[in-house]
Amino acid sequence: MRKSLLFMLIALLSASVYAGGYRVSTQGQRALAMGHAGVAVVNSAELAFFNPAGLVYLENKLNVSAGVTGVISNVRWQNGETGQFAETENNLSTPFYLYASYQVTDWFTVGLSAYTPYGSSVEYPTDWAGSHLVNDIDLQAIYIQPLVSFKLSEYFSVGGGPIFVTGGVNFNRNINRTLTDENGNRSNVEIDASNVTNMGWSASFMFNPTENLRIGMNYRSEIILEAENGDATFSNVPNSPLAPVENGTVAFDASLPLPAEFTVGLSYKFCEKWLFAFDYNRTIWEVYNSLDIDFAPEGVPDSFNPRNYKNASTYRFGLQYQALDKLTLRVGYYFDETPVRSGYFAPETPRNDSHGYTGGLSYQITPAIAVDASFVYLRFEEVQESYDYYQENGQNVPFGGTYKSNAFLPGLGVTVNL
Amino acid sequence: MKNYIKYITAISLGVALVSCEPEFDNSVEDGDLYTSGEADFSNYVALGNSLTAGFADNALYIQGQKNSYPNILAQQFEHVGGGEFTQPLMADNIGGLLLNGNQIVDTRLILDVGASGSPAPTNIEGTPSTEITNTLSGSFNNMGVPGAKSFHLLASGYGNASGVATGQANPYFVRFRSSAEATVLEDAVAQNPSFFSLWIGNNDVLSYATSGGIGVNQTGNLDPTTYGSNDITDPNVFASVYSQEVEALMSSASGGVLINIPDVAATAFFTTVPYNPLTPALLGDQLATLNATYAQLNQAFAALGVPERSIQFSTTGPSGIVVQDESLTDISQQLTQALVAGGLPAPTAAVYGQQYGQARQANENDLVLLTSQSAIGVVNTDRVQELVGLGVPQELAGQLSVNGVSYPMQDQFVLIPAEQEEIAGITATYNATIEGIANANNLAYVDANELLNNVANGGVMYDGGMITSEFATGGAFSLDGIHLTPRGYAVVANRIIEEVNQTYSATVPKVNVGAYNGGPSIGSGVTE
Repeated sequence: MRKSLLFMLIALLSASVYAGGYRVSTQGQRALAMGHAGVAVVNSAELAFFNPAGLVYLENKLNVSAGVTGVISNVRWQNGETGQFAETENNLSTPFYLYASYQVTDWFTVGLSAYTPYGSSVEYPTDWAGSHLVNDIDLQAIYIQPLVSFKLSEYFSVGGGPIFVTGGVNFNRNINRTLTDENGNRSNVEIDASNVTNMGWSASFMFNPTENLRIGMNYRSEIILEAENGDATFSNVPNSPLAPVENGTVAFDASLPLPAEFTVGLSYKFCEKWLFAFDYNRTIWEVYNSLDIDFAPEGVPDSFNPRNYKNASTYRFGLQYQALDKLTLRVGYYFDETPVRSGYFAPETPRNDSHGYTGGLSYQITPAIAVDASFVYLRFEEVQESYDYYQENGQNVPFGGTYKSNAFLPGLGVTVNL
Repeated sequence: MKNYIKYITAISLGVALVSCEPEFDNSVEDGDLYTSGEADFSNYVALGNSLTAGFADNALYIQGQKNSYPNILAQQFEHVGGGEFTQPLMADNIGGLLLNGNQIVDTRLILDVGASGSPAPTNIEGTPSTEITNTLSGSFNNMGVPGAKSFHLLASGYGNASGVATGQANPYFVRFRSSAEATVLEDAVAQNPSFFSLWIGNNDVLSYATSGGIGVNQTGNLDPTTYGSNDITDPNVFASVYSQEVEALMSSASGGVLINIPDVAATAFFTTVPYNPLTPALLGDQLATLNATYAQLNQAFAALGVPERSIQFSTTGPSGIVVQDESLTDISQQLTQALVAGGLPAPTAAVYGQQYGQARQANENDLVLLTSQSAIGVVNTDRVQELVGLGVPQELAGQLSVNGVSYPMQDQFVLIPAEQEEIAGITATYNATIEGIANANNLAYVDANELLNNVANGGVMYDGGMITSEFATGGAFSLDGIHLTPRGYAVVANRIIEEVNQTYSATVPKVNVGAYNGGPSIGSGVTE
């Protein structure tokens, strides 16, 4: 009863924000405390995300891990030439995860997972200087995945399963830089699509060449969220045949890629109580070429927004120390390369390279139940950037300035091993 | 141990929530980037006329006021210690004024697609809600008074409601003066401005120009109380009142900026309607008849030694409209006689003689006013009545009363070269005065004349293209052709910032002109 309540509560929370592009790396408090490295760490049901092949090596019959992270992100923008500045609303988003595995036989484990690897939630002050690009955006996607894990030998296992995604997006911006209605209210468009579904898969292996060394590889496929017949609502448009659009709601089609991610890594146990982990992620962002919104009526001009993302790497390092029988301490660091090219720095995903500093602990309350906590401080360098592909009268009009961002991600989870 | 974990979580959440907002190395918000130099921008007061008030689309309305150049400046001055900037905002975005409930000023113009299917400036629907007798309380940093001439800023009673009907008072100033007797300058000085701008004098010459030169050039008349509303102010009167105004403002101010008078001929009001809009297609069947009729007249012109006044419409290209040029010798009598001698019946000859005694065809040196756009080619019903009264048969009277085609465009629609020279000369004199006073007082001086000439001749670049003086689409001029769009005002504001920065060694940031609307006002006035 308690568990199902927890699940419902978690499911109600929205997913969101931060890590290169709109990738949100918070898929397990234990791994997150170690720089979100975990492709080769056999520790808990978090493997359902990091490496399903490893599930079969878990000692217990039933393993459950669940958690939620509070993402508090701040973005500041300013333009020294004009003196304009803006700061995003300090809103909290809460990506979550829920993993379970059950060992059917000695060589076969099944699992089920729900997690939110992509999302974005950025809210600028309405009508700010970049409001022709974005006022606010809220993107979420929930991944649900049944899993199997096969032990081929003590040294090698494979795993994976299909992914079912349901997602939604709400995006608001002004129609252009200057149009207002008769009373000076900025003309605006809001697009909204929810319950957009699609499928993908993931597959992995784990290789244990020695007792203390594990090597893992995981691949999660690309999934394109295709929003069809979403609602686009135009408002504050002057009532005139000379206006570019009319007030009201029209249908639109758009697609947003959730890119494929490839991970390899290793873990190494040393001095009894210590474990080192390293993950390398390669995210295939190049699929995100352009955000195009195709409004259904012929008369409404479609919106083309080049993104031209590039593939990006993340380097993750983690260290675990068994301090007491019941207490495990973890620290980590990661370097997250941005997929955003210079000149394509759109304020709805204001991401440059970032450094993540992580820490956390697990405390074994009972032999079966442990509490996991993690904390991440994500730091971005101050960056002078612009988005150069907004068009006005067929001419590119750059929007730029200095951006400075950071994020704090406190997270709490629970691990159950029966 | 459970508590321990709770503590850690609470602490880490708390730390995250309260601390460590990202900070810029040099923050715009914290004022790290700009300096006020030798100027004190804490209390900026703007004096002037409609341009200062934020007038646009032939009206004052809230949105226009928010985009007035003083308000744009004040926002930028906030980076260097500028304080709150108040404006006597209108009651609505419709524009227009009420006096004791009666509408005395029209609503603003919007570009509307009328029955004809082509867009044209039209008064926005709705009734104004700004009642001028509801005088606002408090003082206002923006002291721009639409319609004010240089000497009006010193005129007591200029804000007295009872003087509005007789033209002694200004309805816009009535709205926010401190008392019925107060002058605009007194109300400005009473605010102890630490910095000021003054852009006045435009109307001293503009109203003469926009009325097509039907007023009087009052050069030599030193008593402005005797001037008519369309007259040109004597340059000595201008110099005298202007220096009084600057002196009064300087008593408290650390500095200020003086803005000179643009060349009226550079505005869309004078450059939109071509001198030769009459095409064979437009004239149609009438072309041959008209040319045949004018052929008789042209013979008479030739006989009278003024062949240059000949009127002929081209069968292949555009032709100039027929205009009334008061600088020409009136040859009505001689023309009548010549036409009679040519065999025309005496009554008809008399009508022709009177109608074409100072007529000629317009050429590239004439400026045809925006107000003529809707008049050219239209039958002038007043003239028809007049001719019928003179005994001309109704049909012929109609044929002789087509504005600019058969009936010469009257004075108020055309600025002939003589009037243009007069205006240019006066403007240059005023500007020399303004520049002299600016230099004598170490004030910033903005050459708005040069700026708007640049807009008119080639245009001014901005991040979204080019700003030109093209009517409705060029981006600089609002739908009245004289007052600026928000984008036009932003261009002016940037120019002012440049000069202020230079004069006072300040580093006030300029605005992004492209963020200000340069498109024509559209809409229906019907808002949900």
